[in-house]
Amino acid sequence: MRQSFVPVLTVLTFLVVLWYAAAVWLNAPWAHDRATRSGEVLTTQTLIADTWSQDKPKLPAPHQVATEIWQTTVEKNITSKRSLVYHAWVTLSATLLGFVLGTGLGVLLAIGIVYNRVMDMSVMPWVIASQTIPILAIAPMIIVVLNAVGVSGLLPKAMISMYLSFFPVVVGMVKGLRSPDAMQLDQMRTWHASAAQSFWKLRLPASMPYLFTSLKIGMAASLVGAIVGELPTGAVAGLGARLLAGSYYGQTIQIWSALLVAAALAAALVGIIGIVQRVTLKRMGMS
Amino acid sequence: MAFGNSADVMASKTDGATPIGGRDAATEAVISARNLDLTFQTNDGPIHALKDVNLDINKGEFVSFIGPSGCGKTTFLRVMADLEQPTGGTVTVNGVSPQEARRSRAYGYVFQAAGLYPWRTIGGNIRLPLEIMGISKAEQAERVARVLELVELAGFEKKFPWQLSGGMQQRASIARALSFDADILLMDEPFGALDEIVRDHLNEQLLKLWARTRKTVAFVTHSIPEAVYLSTKIVVMSPRPGRITDVIDSPLPHDRPLEIRETPEFLEVAHRVREGLRAGHADV
Ligand SMILES: Nc1ncnc2c1ncn2[C@@H]1O[C@H](COP(=O)(O)OP(=O)(O)O)[C@@H](O)[C@H]1O
Ligand SMILES: [Mg+2]
Repeated sequence: MRQSFVPVLTVLTFLVVLWYAAAVWLNAPWAHDRATRSGEVLTTQTLIADTWSQDKPKLPAPHQVATEIWQTTVEKNITSKRSLVYHAWVTLSATLLGFVLGTGLGVLLAIGIVYNRVMDMSVMPWVIASQTIPILAIAPMIIVVLNAVGVSGLLPKAMISMYLSFFPVVVGMVKGLRSPDAMQLDQMRTWHASAAQSFWKLRLPASMPYLFTSLKIGMAASLVGAIVGELPTGAVAGLGARLLAGSYYGQTIQIWSALLVAAALAAALVGIIGIVQRVTLKRMGMS
Repeated sequence: MAFGNSADVMASKTDGATPIGGRDAATEAVISARNLDLTFQTNDGPIHALKDVNLDINKGEFVSFIGPSGCGKTTFLRVMADLEQPTGGTVTVNGVSPQEARRSRAYGYVFQAAGLYPWRTIGGNIRLPLEIMGISKAEQAERVARVLELVELAGFEKKFPWQLSGGMQQRASIARALSFDADILLMDEPFGALDEIVRDHLNEQLLKLWARTRKTVAFVTHSIPEAVYLSTKIVVMSPRPGRITDVIDSPLPHDRPLEIRETPEFLEVAHRVREGLRAGHADV
């Protein structure tokens, strides 16, 4: 951890510098336009100051985004519709519900595939096919259809999260449940172990490293699903709604704030799974 | 089935192999194979892994199977363990079919690799078959302690497999096979992957363990000294098709220090095994 601190900081500094430079470059035409219209003469200094402080810049400067995030998180009541914490929570709840559903579905399908020959032959092609359909194309349909049958709010978004997150879990768990070798399975046979005992004592523990890897990918996919699921809901609430509203009104600072919060959320969620993974595998003697 | 004393050794082709050593008056076949045949159907055609194999293993014997690789040693052991189905002939284990014997947990099987679960401690690994067999927690603990002591691993119960050397891991796997008190121990080249010094040590330990527990042992190896050192009976096999070419009753005393390997008696038995192996090769 400590060794990676300096390189990470170096890269971060480099990115911020690059970001400021890009902001000058992208926002300069607008600054020049306005100066020409008002007859002002721009020095390099005033140009740079202008590109870093526009209301609707093409690319907001880091400090503008930081200020926006500060104002919409710390300085806003979290129940307020303008609070990013509120929106993040809306997205997070759908993400987590979808993740739990997706993980459950993925594990069940994997068990079916590993233990049932018919499922082994038939399910996997469908699972793969399901992921070749662009989520942006079917997300509105899922929302609209579910709304039509009276299901709205959290669940439709969670369904889209589930749709994206079950896939890595199926793939990882099939591989994990099949990871015990022929000798280990024979060994179980010599002890006359039941199928259930082989599952709980051998296959399931052997699949743990695969499960955690899948969960990390699944969690990230689930967050993407929740955000995508918020786009067609008429921009009511959630990080997706903030992105959509921001792009309607050209509020680039708001878009970038929502994006950064989403990224931080993803990093935190995946990080939590990583910690659980480390603790679990360590206690299992597998790391 | 009744077995006469003179019928306890039945090699398919004895090649004039009259048993050398004396044997107990009251012998009782624990494992008995009659006209055993096993052909694997593979994509490259049938493989005749076992042909017309006849053998009796008596209670308390230490029987080694030796032969070049591919001669069906593993397959024979797996048939006894009900991991492979013969295509002809019969095998009985404790007087019943291998399947019934397996279901009544009549044998412990030691594979070439220790196969310990990395997520379980040594104690947890040894407890595994006991958990599967539904033995009470208190008795599990007691048995784990007992077999760990038997393989000289007392004090390692809480360690994980990766914290142990290869030889110690293999000892733990033997302890696991002993933990549920089966009278038969089937071992498939358990020390095959270990270096010679560790192997010598484990052989010595295994003999002591056998003397203490009086188990019936079927032991696969491809080392002549190992077979001669350990066994009361050596079964020489040869490949294509896999069959028994010689059965040698060892004249060596039960008490065997490692130095016995330099005695003329030992070398004589080793010589006979080598001859048997060579003869098996000659008629291919
Ligand atoms: N499951 C199997 N399917 C097909 N052929 C097999 C199988 N197991 C063993 N054999 C073949 O049977 C023969 C005997 O194998 P094996 O019993 O493993 O020999 P050994 O243990 O003496 O080296 C070999 O030719 C091997 O390739
Ligand atoms: Mg073998």
